[in-house]
Amino acid sequence: MAHADKAPSNPVAGFFKIEGTAIALVFVLLVILFMLTAPRAFLGYRVYMSFMATVPPPMIIALGLTLVVVAGEMDLSFPSVVAFASYVFCQLYQSYDLTWLALVAALVTGTVMGFINGLVVTKLGIPSLIATLGMLFLWGGLVTVVSNGASLAIPDIEGRLIHTVLAGRIGVIPVQFLWALAVAVVVWLILNRHRFGESLLFIGDNLKVAKVVGIAIDREKIKLFTLMGLLSALAGVFLTLETTTYFSQAGMGYLLTVVAAVFIGGTSIFGGAGKVVGTVFGALIVAIIEAGLVASGVAGFWTRFYIGLVFIVSVTMNAAIEDPDKVPLLRQLRSRARN
Amino acid sequence: MTVTPAAATPIVRLENVGKRYGKVVSLKEVTLEIGPNEIVGLIGDNGAGKSTLIKVLTGVEPPTSGTLYVRGQRIDAASYSVKEAHKLRIETVYQDSSLGEKQPLWRNFFVGRPITNRFGFIDVKAEKRIAEAIMRSTIGFRGVGLDVDTPVSRLSGGERQGVAIGRAMHFDSDLIVLDEPTVALALKEVQKVLDFIRSIKAGGRSCIYIEHNIHHVHEVCDRLVVLDRGEIALDAPTSSMTYQELADFLMSLHHRRPVAAS
Repeated sequence: MAHADKAPSNPVAGFFKIEGTAIALVFVLLVILFMLTAPRAFLGYRVYMSFMATVPPPMIIALGLTLVVVAGEMDLSFPSVVAFASYVFCQLYQSYDLTWLALVAALVTGTVMGFINGLVVTKLGIPSLIATLGMLFLWGGLVTVVSNGASLAIPDIEGRLIHTVLAGRIGVIPVQFLWALAVAVVVWLILNRHRFGESLLFIGDNLKVAKVVGIAIDREKIKLFTLMGLLSALAGVFLTLETTTYFSQAGMGYLLTVVAAVFIGGTSIFGGAGKVVGTVFGALIVAIIEAGLVASGVAGFWTRFYIGLVFIVSVTMNAAIEDPDKVPLLRQLRSRARN
Repeated sequence: MTVTPAAATPIVRLENVGKRYGKVVSLKEVTLEIGPNEIVGLIGDNGAGKSTLIKVLTGVEPPTSGTLYVRGQRIDAASYSVKEAHKLRIETVYQDSSLGEKQPLWRNFFVGRPITNRFGFIDVKAEKRIAEAIMRSTIGFRGVGLDVDTPVSRLSGGERQGVAIGRAMHFDSDLIVLDEPTVALALKEVQKVLDFIRSIKAGGRSCIYIEHNIHHVHEVCDRLVVLDRGEIALDAPTSSMTYQELADFLMSLHHRRPVAAS
């Protein structure tokens, strides 16, 4: 159990101990790969600009989900929270010409939804994977009912101050990418430097320990799901500003990619450890695979297949890095090698 | 500092404390005092109610009946919690659930009461510095490739006890509860733990020492308390019993058991 092996002191191992370096390297390799297979797209700057415009919503959700996974929980309800926030924002803009207030209302909506998710998980005691799957349907159904199943378009928001500030362009760089990085910095600070993050680490590591050291487990979990709701709503607003539309399935496309981004980034599926920098690159990797495969001439239908493949491989690799014995296949191979 | 009469009052006093989980009665009507600067050995079989007693005492779980006094002050069961117990300077070292495996040592020293600014951000530098000092001076970790960033999963069983004990020492508690600290330890490491228990006594603090090995208990404790099926079967100074008498008494409990259970 206690393995006092490997005390790495060589520079290579030291380099990979810095958070996110390994995953950043994977990202760079992918970019180089796509530069070779799709030079026309990947040697220009446009494809990267388009990334920076489309990656922020899933990246922001993935950052929130990283905290959730660190605490040993899961939240699958975010696509519906994204849709609901998007609806609230669009509706208030269209009907009452609200912009900043519409943003606040959308964020409050998501926060309340997250708070209710937290209550369902902690007070009803349903495992969060199942509870939030239920809430995905519940919130998704509700927003479809409220919006009457219709879509909304708000093309004239382009040029308004809120659009310029949140989703405009500085030169060619989409502003929302900078906002997403700012969220990443805040989430990193919460996880690594704030007592709330420390509580999440210990809750995910060992619930019994968290309890005996005096962490208010339910309260922290409710805070966690509330924050997740807020970030999902923020992502919903960014998505709405970029696409200037609402439709009830907005966000559903993120379900796989966001979860994949978190685990590709190296956050432990067993809880108790998370890599915020990894999640940032995880989100970029998922996006670049989607774009890169299409640009390389692989049929679009294959992209999900490859994301799934990368997902499985990276989760296995991360588990193996954490502890090779957690991968039964490796454990068998190792025990056979020993005999 | 003036010497107050409070010095004579027990640190904790349980009065007719009971605890049931649904229909299962874990503790019935237990009355127990722990005085200042006293090492009390708590002995009993698995399921005798030792862990429950400790959980009630340290605020992990509220009792279902009875009252708890800390330094003569009646404790409100509804608001009593681990945090409250820490404030009252009661610390617990659990055999296997005191440390977060994946977390670095410095976090484990301060979890639950980190050094933060008023926005709740942790002063990592200060925590690491103090953790380092505790490791060097209090528990004597030198060399062996351990530093404050080492995750607990890389520590041996004895080292883990050392960290948990060092933490209890740092937070300057009056009463330290040790829940079977020597389970699964090598002989040399057991001796270290016993030395620590003696240093608790030397430092003027009190300790409740839960242990299966009655030899160890008899060696270091001032007083012996035997729990049997949720009740106190014996509460006597160690000096009143030889090791052999204690062993015989515990055996007699075993023989009584089938009769009493039927």
